[in-house]
Amino acid sequence: MELFDLSLIWAFIIGFGIIMYVLMDGFDLGVGILFPFAPSEQDRDTMMNTVAPVWDGNETWLVLGGAGLLAAFPMVYSIILPALYIGVFLLLAGLIFRGVAFEFRFKARSSRYLWNWSFAGGSTVAAFAQGAVVGAYIQGFETANGVYVGGALDWLTPFTVLTGLGMLAGYALLGSTWLIMKTEGRLQNWAYQVTTPLLTAVLVIFAIISVWTPFVDDMVRERWFSHITVIWILPALTLLCAFQIWRSVRNRFEGMPFVATMGLFVTTYLGLIVSRWPYVVPPEYTLWDASSAYESQLFLLLGLLFVIPIVLAYTAWTYWVFRGKVRAGEGYH
Amino acid sequence: MDLDPIILSRIQFAFVVSFHAIFPVFTIGLASYIAVLEGLAFKTKNPVWEKLSGFWTKVFAVVFGMGVVSGIVMSFQFGTNWSNFSQATANFLGPVLSYEVITAFFLEAAFLGVLLFGRNKVPPGVHLFAAIMVATGTFISSFWILAANSWMQTPAGIELRDGVFHVVSWSQALFNPSFSYRFLHMALASFLTGGFVVAGVSAWYLLRGREVEANRKALSMCLWLLLFIAPAQLVVGDFHGLNTLEHQPMKVAAMEGNWETSRNVPLLLFAIPDQANQTNHFEIGIPSLASLILTHDWDGEVPGLNEVSAEEQPPVAIVFWSFRVMVGLGMLMIVFALAGLLLRAKGRYYQSSWFLQGLRFMSIAPFIAVLAGWFVTEVGRSPWLVYGMMSHAEAVTPSLTGGMALFTLIGYVVVYSLVFSAGVYYLMRVLYVGLEDNDEENEDDRPARPLSAAHVPFEIEPGKGSVSHAKPVNQGGH
Ligand code: HDD
Ligand code: HEM
Ligand code: HEM
Repeated sequence: MELFDLSLIWAFIIGFGIIMYVLMDGFDLGVGILFPFAPSEQDRDTMMNTVAPVWDGNETWLVLGGAGLLAAFPMVYSIILPALYIGVFLLLAGLIFRGVAFEFRFKARSSRYLWNWSFAGGSTVAAFAQGAVVGAYIQGFETANGVYVGGALDWLTPFTVLTGLGMLAGYALLGSTWLIMKTEGRLQNWAYQVTTPLLTAVLVIFAIISVWTPFVDDMVRERWFSHITVIWILPALTLLCAFQIWRSVRNRFEGMPFVATMGLFVTTYLGLIVSRWPYVVPPEYTLWDASSAYESQLFLLLGLLFVIPIVLAYTAWTYWVFRGKVRAGEGYH
Repeated sequence: MDLDPIILSRIQFAFVVSFHAIFPVFTIGLASYIAVLEGLAFKTKNPVWEKLSGFWTKVFAVVFGMGVVSGIVMSFQFGTNWSNFSQATANFLGPVLSYEVITAFFLEAAFLGVLLFGRNKVPPGVHLFAAIMVATGTFISSFWILAANSWMQTPAGIELRDGVFHVVSWSQALFNPSFSYRFLHMALASFLTGGFVVAGVSAWYLLRGREVEANRKALSMCLWLLLFIAPAQLVVGDFHGLNTLEHQPMKVAAMEGNWETSRNVPLLLFAIPDQANQTNHFEIGIPSLASLILTHDWDGEVPGLNEVSAEEQPPVAIVFWSFRVMVGLGMLMIVFALAGLLLRAKGRYYQSSWFLQGLRFMSIAPFIAVLAGWFVTEVGRSPWLVYGMMSHAEAVTPSLTGGMALFTLIGYVVVYSLVFSAGVYYLMRVLYVGLEDNDEENEDDRPARPLSAAHVPFEIEPGKGSVSHAKPVNQGGH
């Protein structure tokens, strides 16, 4: 009866949704992380203008991630959210503060600095929390009979703090290369300047994480050192992307640094997936254990195949409407 | 005292969802209004419409922003606090909520960007199209979320196997017995909210003699709309109640404060329900009227709370009083809509200062009515989460401790209070500055004229609060 392995298809779709979220909200969170360090208040205005028309759509990918997990892999949703209970709260609180800052900051006069902090602080907390989620996922969760049985702060360990910092640096890098692409003059110069140190920070943290990960989990260790040929292509590609960022910043290319940073994220992400595949709630449950009913996966899939191309089309259209450089003094209402 | 994670989670859920709910009801109504204004501006080229639309778009931007951030919280509440519920209902709720995201949220978000920032980047026709898409998105969104909620009230099209719901008929599950009533009732509530807020604000401007032409037009439009939808809400609400009587009789018994199944049940105008002794104190009622309304027969039999054990009754006082608040405000809305018609017949609805003052205060009435209505619906469902099938206690996250739940409850209260006060403060600011601001903007010939909530300073200066300082102080930066 079950013609296709829908769980497999759904794993790809959710995987796609997650990387879409990381790339798209990543750069606008990154702009928020860099916000306090901008050369001037006027540059902060411009920075915000580069993301104001699109951040809401970017964040919607996160909502799709949540709802999609509930639909296709309810066990992931109902184990990981309780396990990360406090972390999820911090993530959401961060997103709230940065989300409202868009609307309030430009209307503020003497209280403007508060919304600067709200935007920067919210973005930083949200980015860190997301990185910690990745770390917690590598660590695995304590479960029994399909429910989480661990404690409230099990997710917070030195390892997850490090992955949190890694995500922070990575998003900041996405943000700075986005600014290289979208701005000009002094702000762009500044973005060029911060990109190389950020790249260094990312590489250092990623290197430590890579060395550490095999010790956190036996399965990962085994996988990395038994399939050496296949899996090691990914870190090689990651390094290639990093080199490309460095080179294109030196040559003052405008679009390439951003594209190469996205490449860096994609290869790292694939590395994470192959290390854990097919476990979606490590170390116990695979994606087939976590699936919802076949009919439910099918019902949603049919609509999704039809609607997502349309969504991608009009999202691309809005990016096109707001294409080009953002100059000081234009943009936000 | 031990902290009970169930009670705390219920309080938390009630708090975050009530907070979220006040924004959608307003944005749904307002989005349609803005689309209509944009359409009129496009067709007639009369600058009044564009002025009104620009102004209400500013308001919309703020309210929508708060709706989005509080909505994102909602989509994770099911998993964090009600993980067993999520696990059990995922086969139905998962696809429904996902459909909401892909058919509504992306649409709203993408076209909102164009609506707010794109006036000079796209042709007028496309801008109008963006406004229509945002409005459509809000309705698609309410379709899915109300299908989800109605299904929890009147489950259908499913089978419970090993503690997990499996969908056997998608059409029955989506169009479950209470869905159409709830959808209509909620759509009307949204229009009532949009209508009374716009009417109240326009009335206030008229009282101050500001932008008289535009505000008269706005007020007149709203009064026509309210004249039809306020009475319609009464009719729809009545059918909604009859449907509830059929599917959730104990909820209706609580709404009526009726403890014993009997005939000739009075319609209580006032009473103090006493759950411990299963009776009311200080009843004031109209004899037999509840029987008539619910059964269309003076001596029809109305079910009472004594049909179930005390543990299975919902908290009667909350349901009873919330219901009276909602219906009372609904009646008051009808009174205002009719008064508007009478005054219009005499040609002076925009001069009568008591009427305008009254409208000013009525602008918060729909919000209260909406929250009261949801309290009737949701509290009246107790002790069930999925009516008759799953209770609160079965649904809560097993690993959740009272301490964790308390921590996040306090967290949300603090975060929302900060955000809410800032939001209200800023909205007040936009209202003080008013429509006049737009004129200045239009004269501004910068290549990319800022569109909406531009340069409205955040701080209300005591004693002033009008056009005088609408001129931005710090214009250099943007
Ligand atoms: C009848 C209408 C209605 C109701 C009952 C709810 N919502 Fe809502 N929601 C909307 C109508 C809406 C909307 C009109 O579509 C919003 C309001 C403001 C906005 O930005 O979109 C929205 C926003 C919104 C968002 C942000 C969308 C985005 O990123 O753009 C999420 C995730 C949710 N909601 C989720 C929920 C959940 C899980 C609810 C149930 C508990 C809920 N909403 C009740
Ligand atoms: C938007 C307007 C809504 C409001 C104002 C509202 C209000 C409330 C309130 C006051 C409760 C607490 C009842 C009690 O514990 O006795 C509650 C419970 C609940 N509601 Fe809603 N609700 C709304 C919409 C929804 C929707 C659309 C859904 C689902 C799709 C939903 C799902 C739930 C759930 C799962 C609970 C159980 C948790 C709890 O009891 O606190 N609600 N709601
Ligand atoms: C005028 C007379 C009205 C009547 C007879 C009426 C009737 C009802 C009934 C019976 C319910 C509960 C349905 C259930 O839980 O099964 C309900 C819920 C509700 N009412 Fe009303 N109502 C009236 C006016 C209003 C007004 C004026 C508003 C808001 C502007 C409003 C907003 C709501 C909302 C938001 C709900 C909860 C969602 C739902 O179940 O539809 N109602 N109403």
